[in-house]
Amino acid sequence: MSESTQVSDRTTTREQAPVRPGATKWRWAAAAALLAAAVYAPFQLVPFHVFQLTMVLIYAVALLGLNLLVGHAGQISLGHGAFFAVGAYTAAILLDRWDAPYPLTLPVAALVAFVLGLAFGVPAMRLRGLYLALVTLAIAIFLVPLLKRFEEVTGGSMGLSLAKPAPPAWTGLAEDQWLYFLALAVTVAAFLLAASLLRSRVGRALHAIRDNEAAAEVMGVRPAYYKTLAFAWSAMFAGIAGCVYTWVIGFVSPDSFVVNLSITLLAGLVVGGLGSLSGPVLGALFVMFVPSISQDINEAAPGVIFGLLIIAVMYVAPTGLAGLAGRATNSIKKTLRKG
Amino acid sequence: MRLSAIGRTAVTATLLIAAAACGGRDSGEAGGTQATGATGGQCAGQQTTGITDTSLKLGGIYPLSGPASAYGAIPKGIKAYFDYVNAEKGGIGGRKVEFVVRDDGYQPPKAVEEARRLVEQEQVFALFQTLGTPSTTATWDYTNQQKVPQVFVATGASVWGTDTEHPWTIGWQPNYVSEARVYAQFLKKEHPDAKVAVLYQNDDFGKDLLGGFKNAISGTKITIAAEQSYEVSDPTVDPQMRNLAESKADVFLNVTTPKFGSQALAADAKNASWNPLHIVNNVAASITVLKPVGFENVQGVVSATYYKDPVDPTWAEDAEMKLYKAKMQQYAPDADPQVPYHAFGWAAASSFHKAMEAAKCPTREGLRDSVRNLQGVQVDMLLPGVKLETGQGDGFPIESLQLMRFKGERWELFGDVIDTRKEFGPLTG
Repeated sequence: MSESTQVSDRTTTREQAPVRPGATKWRWAAAAALLAAAVYAPFQLVPFHVFQLTMVLIYAVALLGLNLLVGHAGQISLGHGAFFAVGAYTAAILLDRWDAPYPLTLPVAALVAFVLGLAFGVPAMRLRGLYLALVTLAIAIFLVPLLKRFEEVTGGSMGLSLAKPAPPAWTGLAEDQWLYFLALAVTVAAFLLAASLLRSRVGRALHAIRDNEAAAEVMGVRPAYYKTLAFAWSAMFAGIAGCVYTWVIGFVSPDSFVVNLSITLLAGLVVGGLGSLSGPVLGALFVMFVPSISQDINEAAPGVIFGLLIIAVMYVAPTGLAGLAGRATNSIKKTLRKG
Repeated sequence: MRLSAIGRTAVTATLLIAAAACGGRDSGEAGGTQATGATGGQCAGQQTTGITDTSLKLGGIYPLSGPASAYGAIPKGIKAYFDYVNAEKGGIGGRKVEFVVRDDGYQPPKAVEEARRLVEQEQVFALFQTLGTPSTTATWDYTNQQKVPQVFVATGASVWGTDTEHPWTIGWQPNYVSEARVYAQFLKKEHPDAKVAVLYQNDDFGKDLLGGFKNAISGTKITIAAEQSYEVSDPTVDPQMRNLAESKADVFLNVTTPKFGSQALAADAKNASWNPLHIVNNVAASITVLKPVGFENVQGVVSATYYKDPVDPTWAEDAEMKLYKAKMQQYAPDADPQVPYHAFGWAAASSFHKAMEAAKCPTREGLRDSVRNLQGVQVDMLLPGVKLETGQGDGFPIESLQLMRFKGERWELFGDVIDTRKEFGPLTG
């Protein structure tokens, strides 16, 4: 039973000031504490805030995917909202036309987005920099008219209204709490998947490509292959987020997925912090809360305030909020050591 | 010494269980207040969230930012009206109105968030207007689940009136089918064997209007000679106009939004070999749409309307219009009273005023029943003869319009107000 003694040992050290530098251990403790708080939250908050947190989780999953592509593989995508929409519409159409059970829509949406990501990734990855950005922007732009065109399937511009997943009776949860826990489960799974992906061969290859493509190629990494794969993976995460979005909102329409969504996602990720695992969460919080905060500041021009806030964040924290948090912890550690 | 995977899982699981055990939401803490003894009688037990004897809190959701932000002018007219009523009339039935406006950027998920914010956090009495068909569709399941009135939504889709599962949601402006019926009625009288060419926007709005028109002319000698659609993202409708001109139809029905409306008007004016009777739908009939085409090019164009256009000199001496202009200057000095959206907001707000006054109970249920039982309510910003009328099986407050023809530099109303209910029977799903 050495396991249990270890457990109690760790939980007690967690409360003390940082003495030993065991970084991974601290990261796990922090993640566990965060998760505990995430589980605790819906019981304490009003449904409105639970809904907001659910949306944060959804954006976090989408940003996680975008982070793989932008943060880890160093490619720009201005069309991620399109894959988000593909996931959302896949789930909506499955639910609407075939009355598919909810759990089934998630893997299907993920698969469809992955395959589409792969299909777009092959030609797109022969381009780089601004050219790639333009191609992905085009995907986001043509999706909206496309969704309106195939009215029989997509419901046209009226969209599709769907019933939300009802909480099973044994849980005793309210609808908003149940949706929150569904989103939380998906988010945790997505983060574990992304973390293990980045620690594998794929992650190292992506970092190598980002840092120096020529050197990576010399080392035997095939850039086209890995970039295409990164594109497909990131599309898949966006598709998963889109599927959960459909569960939570219960309504999809082309106007939900305009180009602005793609740009907001990218802005959110850059503000949150590229290339770190906490970046997507911070970015999601930013995307979710800052527009309404800026509206409180000035009702007439919320967009201007939102833009100014992004600029301000980029000045203060060029590495994003995640980088800012990292620097803050480092300086605290330094002062602690000095004192 | 590292934690093993099992160890980590154990820690996490323990914390999760502990967290869940601490949980448990008090039931009903998000619910509102209920009417008790004082308001008593038939109103007992009804919802009184957001309303007291001296105050009334309303919430509205509009695109203040984004592609549809032109509609952001509507709440300015509404606010000016409520400010005026609060300051000079003591509010609605002694209740000062607080109107909270939120921005959804014309995005449905944002509208859902804002609806929840208004209902759960701001604790509004009712949602007074959500703008746009997508945003309203995204929110009406929620408002009806919560039993919060969502009154006078600013969209002309016919679904708000034909639907029977959302009693808490109701439209206001004439739906597009009613408008189509007015044009059909006009053609039946003036051009009983017209051949009609139609240009329409390929979305719910365009299809609702075109579908309504087709239904209304079925069984008559009026035929559709050609129809062409365009997407909102199209740069121009010139190719569609060329195709329509080939049909040699004698009537042209222009079902467009402002930008495309002026393009179609200009294309029609340019083409000397095709001179059909031009009918432009209400959405694109504003003077601001016609002006760039040149007034000399749009003489004789026909349209229909239901509220007073502040630009129209016909109403220059109208008492309500004078009041509107004076109060806009006083309470919304930075807003231009000439913008018809402000007048639209003013008209909707005064309709709400009337409906709220007519409510039997100052409760959410009272408002819901009141807006569904409007009997010939006169609103001064609407055209004389256009009245609010709802009842059992009729969920459309305004279904009457009057035709107008462009003459000189302004619209001239002609004929009587056409009540489409009387002419075509009630509109059903």
